[in-house]
Amino acid sequence: MNRRLLAALALAGVFAATAASAEITVGVSLGSTGPGSSLGIPYKNAFQLVPKTLGGEPVKYIILDDQSKPDEAAKNARKFVTEDKVDAMMGSNGVPSAVAMIQVAAENKTPMIALTPVPPLSPDRLHWTFVVPQPTELMMSAVVEHLKAHGAKSVGYIGFSDTWGDLVHNALQSLAPAGGFKIITNERYARADTSVTGQVLKIMAANPDVVVVGGSGTGGALPQIALRERGYKGAIYHNHGTVNLAFIKVGGKAVEGAIAPTGALIVAEELPASFPTKKVSLDFVKRYESSFGAGSRNAFAGYSYDGVALLNAAVPVALKKAKPGTPEFREALRAALENVKNIIGTHGVYNMSASNHNGLDDRGRVLVDVSNGQWRLMK
Amino acid sequence: MSFDIVLWLVQDGIVNGAIYALLALALLLVFAVTRAIFVPQGEFISYAALSLALLQAGKLPGTVYVLVGGGAIAALLDIAVALRDRAPGRLPRILAVYVLLPLAMAGIAWWAAPRKLDMWIQVLIVFGLVVPLGPILYRVAYRPLAGASVLVLFIISMAAHYVLTGLGLVFFGGEGLRSQAFSDAHFKIGVLNISAQSVLVVLATVLIMASLWLFFEHSIYGKALRATAINRVGARLVGIPAELSGSLALTLAAFIGAVSGVLIAPITTIYYDTGFLIGLKGFVGAILGGMGSYPLAAIGAVGVGLLESFSSFWASAFKESIVFTIIIPVLVWRSLTTRHVEDEEE
Repeated sequence: MNRRLLAALALAGVFAATAASAEITVGVSLGSTGPGSSLGIPYKNAFQLVPKTLGGEPVKYIILDDQSKPDEAAKNARKFVTEDKVDAMMGSNGVPSAVAMIQVAAENKTPMIALTPVPPLSPDRLHWTFVVPQPTELMMSAVVEHLKAHGAKSVGYIGFSDTWGDLVHNALQSLAPAGGFKIITNERYARADTSVTGQVLKIMAANPDVVVVGGSGTGGALPQIALRERGYKGAIYHNHGTVNLAFIKVGGKAVEGAIAPTGALIVAEELPASFPTKKVSLDFVKRYESSFGAGSRNAFAGYSYDGVALLNAAVPVALKKAKPGTPEFREALRAALENVKNIIGTHGVYNMSASNHNGLDDRGRVLVDVSNGQWRLMK
Repeated sequence: MSFDIVLWLVQDGIVNGAIYALLALALLLVFAVTRAIFVPQGEFISYAALSLALLQAGKLPGTVYVLVGGGAIAALLDIAVALRDRAPGRLPRILAVYVLLPLAMAGIAWWAAPRKLDMWIQVLIVFGLVVPLGPILYRVAYRPLAGASVLVLFIISMAAHYVLTGLGLVFFGGEGLRSQAFSDAHFKIGVLNISAQSVLVVLATVLIMASLWLFFEHSIYGKALRATAINRVGARLVGIPAELSGSLALTLAAFIGAVSGVLIAPITTIYYDTGFLIGLKGFVGAILGGMGSYPLAAIGAVGVGLLESFSSFWASAFKESIVFTIIIPVLVWRSLTTRHVEDEEE
């Protein structure tokens, strides 16, 4: 084999590599095991339903498990940027894990689609990060509007003793002056606690007009059951982390009447025909439930799906400027994501701008309540 | 804080403390007999509680796969040993204990699940599914290294804990479950409104403690366990096989775990990993009691329950920190007052 042939082969190899890299690579890190797995599994399920192309180009999703641990999420993110040379990253289902990925994404100038609400970010990190879920303030503002309309002046708060409990509490706190109410208890509990009697007794002693629970999933049921057992009569509000069928299964009769904000897809069938996301939400819910069982719909799978919808809208714009797999493409993709307008997702309508990397508005939330063992749209 | 609230908190603390006390006893028992800190104790709680909730929902609990799979591994290990020793006579017994029994239990569960039988029968089925996991776990994880140091045994415990938690996630899923209450009845005593369920928890705990005492004082197996706990070498010299003691200790631990799980399933939401934290609090109770005396361990565990209940009223955000921090002064005090006895060598 002479030297010229070798050179030709090498050249061919380079061309082959370029051709292959027209494929877009997206790294996804989710906690499908560990304490966050009840959310991580539906997040992951949604990737079975997303299209095989992004903006017409084939796409490869590399989905790794971060065991709901921030350090594992950061490790996955580093692997994505160094080994897989991904064009964008998505993740994770826990706030601390998502924040860990955001750090890596910003360092390596890679667009990051955050799948959980994140705390306020510094400008250099926000630059590369786009947040799919509704900000906690947006969601809790629906709760605040409702309790204000019903004349509640004092609110008892009980939430998880973790970041989520803090996020919900802070959102409520920031909305309190406008809502004309005071938060009179700030109790905390853990998902694995066997009893919240102490916290509930304290709330009962303070006797607030309504109670807001900052838990998630089935973990949100424990305080409500204990409050109702002790004879608490006021309204009990939850947050968007609580809305799934398992919550009702665990809570039974005690959670009847629980009120929570959520994305439109949970009650897709009941939305008025004029609701902008009705068609997209309904279509996604039907496909999800045909794959994962009746009643399996949840907000989390919708976030994954909407994240992909954002990429799908941004990729064609970025492709005009550069080839996937290059730093230029990642920068172009970031710029394109910042300018997506009127993208209809399962949760709401996204309008990004340089200062708003979430882009959802009031159309991204509805209030639901539990009636006859089902989450129903509140009229 | 009014007197009513104190009464409520005491009641709550005693009910939780009763569960911790059961677990403290199991941990102490296993530690005394095998020298292993039995971390997977909590998994029996989760497995039993989730199995019961699933049976009530008319579904086949994933515990059957763990049972049959674990039994098969145990059987393979024992068969290998029997063949190496050229003792095929042991084979029928191995197959009966590790293969046929789990399969039979799985069959019963499979048959019973869609029929939604009476609650007490379901509880018996749950015992049948969870209790055999104890001896199987001993055979697979502990027995091959039974003579190892306390540290190695602890590492085995951690490994067993991770394996069982992981399997729990696979078979039960990430969301929590809650089973129906045994009884919805409530009694009014003064300001207190005591649920029949919490009375049942305390009664069952007292009953189990009493039967354990009888077992250790009056039965030959109980005496064998005590002998092993007091002096392993001595017990072996008088003909008590260490394997039997270890296997028996883990069977009892699994039984206590299953009882705790069944008792607690209607009171709170149980996740595949909840048991670990409950077990840990039982462990704190056992340490408070000095890791040597059963009555002290039980009192320590009730103390943990009360402390937890009051701290959840006063400073709920720091509840876990408070509960786990009390280990430190107790350990300091114990290390200053007791002389360290070297009992590693045999």
